[in-house]
Amino acid sequence: MKQSQIRVLIAKPGLDGHDRGAKVIARALRDAGFEVIYTGIRQTPQMIAEAALQEDVDVVGLSILSGAHMTLCPKVVELLHAQGQEDVLVLLGGIIPDEDAAQLKAAGVHAVFGPGTTSAEIIAFIRTAMAGG
Amino acid sequence: MPKPVPTQQLIDNLLRGDRLALSRAISRVEDDAGEAARIVQAVFAHTGKAHLIGITGAPGTGKSTLVSALVASYRARGETVGVLAVDPTSPFSGGALLGDRVRMTSHSGDAGVFIRSMATRRGTGGLAKASADALLLLDAAGFDRILVETVGAGQAEIEIASVADSVVVVEAPGLGDEVQAIKAGLLEIADIFAVNKADRKGAARTVAALEMMLETGGAAAQTIFHHGQRMEAGAAASEIDGRDGWPIPVLETVAVSGGGVAQLRDALERHRTWLDESGARVARESRRLDHMLQTLVQAEMLARMERTLSPGLRSDLVDRMQRRKTDPYSAAADMVKKLST
Ligand code: B12
Ligand SMILES: Nc1nc2c(ncn2[C@@H]2O[C@H](COP(=O)(O)OP(=O)(O)OP(=O)(O)O)[C@@H](O)[C@H]2O)c(=O)[nH]1
Ligand SMILES: [Mg+2]
Repeated sequence: MKQSQIRVLIAKPGLDGHDRGAKVIARALRDAGFEVIYTGIRQTPQMIAEAALQEDVDVVGLSILSGAHMTLCPKVVELLHAQGQEDVLVLLGGIIPDEDAAQLKAAGVHAVFGPGTTSAEIIAFIRTAMAGG
Repeated sequence: MPKPVPTQQLIDNLLRGDRLALSRAISRVEDDAGEAARIVQAVFAHTGKAHLIGITGAPGTGKSTLVSALVASYRARGETVGVLAVDPTSPFSGGALLGDRVRMTSHSGDAGVFIRSMATRRGTGGLAKASADALLLLDAAGFDRILVETVGAGQAEIEIASVADSVVVVEAPGLGDEVQAIKAGLLEIADIFAVNKADRKGAARTVAALEMMLETGGAAAQTIFHHGQRMEAGAAASEIDGRDGWPIPVLETVAVSGGGVAQLRDALERHRTWLDESGARVARESRRLDHMLQTLVQAEMLARMERTLSPGLRSDLVDRMQRRKTDPYSAAADMVKKLST
């Protein structure tokens, strides 16, 4: 059960510029009372993992619309685990086919949110997970 | 959920240079006053070595970009750098969007740099309550330079002056006719002015306006105007006798390209030397520690008040004040008397 302020890293890995979703989510989470660290576009998995470590976040949220999720996401999860952050909640949003989502969940991504997801759903998911659910 | 790492282990690892331990320790001092006390008690003897540099100024003047450029400049000399970047907490939601990191991504992968974002939470004055503690942790972790970026500062955000050894106030041309510092009260706390975005029109005018203000605000001295490009390393646009006899330089910088940043670094180095030689460093640290002491005692007294006084007493007094049976000063004196008995 986490009593303290919840910290969330929102990152957009990959070389494309689709950052609308990431920004929308970052603002929604801020308005829900979370501390959101926004890292900007063109982040490598190494950059994301390093930021997660320095910021000691509870949640890492990735936004990927480019189709590169199958290589990028498992790498982020692997790096987080290797640096001792196995307990960080990893969320993914963007354009993710269902079969890929299932595979990514097996690889350590906790949840995948596609287009049309409301921020209320995402906020509720994070709150439940942080409460130990 | 995995069990949290014991605090003692965090402290040991932090002092050994473990970055995850440092990061988690900062969270604990932010989240929990008891933990803050334990951690700071354990690391305090290892602090006092770093050069603490405050970067403040109006929103959007280029503070984060300038911090990033300074980090690069220090790294080129092999010095390690810790960064604390403070952004405001929303008073409505209690949340915060911390975006300073976006400008600092070029240091990713460099083990000599550690960047931490911090929300102000209930802090005032442009910093968080936990900022001073976080700086102690970065200091104990062994960084040579520690850069603190305040929230985009307005009138009252001058807390940085009681936290840093050297304060850089960042200005930019085109923020309006008046130089922002006039109303911001940042003038009094600047050790160095950086007129950033000097690639833009109006930089020379901003420099001139600042110089004029320094002249009228402090001891008059010879003013040398330089327009356009920087001349050579260490050449300030002008230097005027300022706080405690330190000549406050007004420098032009272009943070996006690194222009003028070596000169800013040199000016910071001169300021540090001046602090040591003039005794100002000792005086400032003493002021800083006194400030911390006062803040902590205040917090403890308030906490003790909440703990020990019967909850009804406070509302009773407020009620009596409202009915003009007593006044705020007498009510406060009443409560304090109850506390000390
Ligand atoms: C707008 C848009 C653009 C804009 C981007 C503007 C910007 N700054 O973001 C522009 C015009 C620049 C653009 C360009 C391109 N685009 Co485009 N673009 C779109 C479009 C139409 C909408 C995306 C969007 O902004 N949606 C609104 C946001 C709010 O929704 P969202 O991102 O999906 O986010 C929601 C959820 O996914 C989730 N979510 C998202 N992120 C996160 C993160 C977390 C942590 C969580 C919890 C949830 C979450 O929550 C959000 C709210 O519900 C999509 C098609 C589509 N319908 O998605 C194509 C799309 C993404 N683009 C596509 C392509 C191919 C391109 C281009 C390569 C096209 C080209 N050939 O030039 C270029 C790439 C240029 C570049 N280098 O970046 C393809 C990608 C195909 C793929 N995945 O294989 C898509 C899917 C269109 C398609 N059907 O072909 N694009
Ligand atoms: N032209 C020009 N733009 C610059 C310069 N330095 C920074 N900028 C731009 O100014 C904008 C704001 O820069 P930041 O570094 O985020 O400014 P900041 O003062 O940290 O902003 P806040 O933290 O929001 O108060 C960005 O778009 C930068 O790219 C410069 O020297 N020249
Ligand atoms: Mg900034």
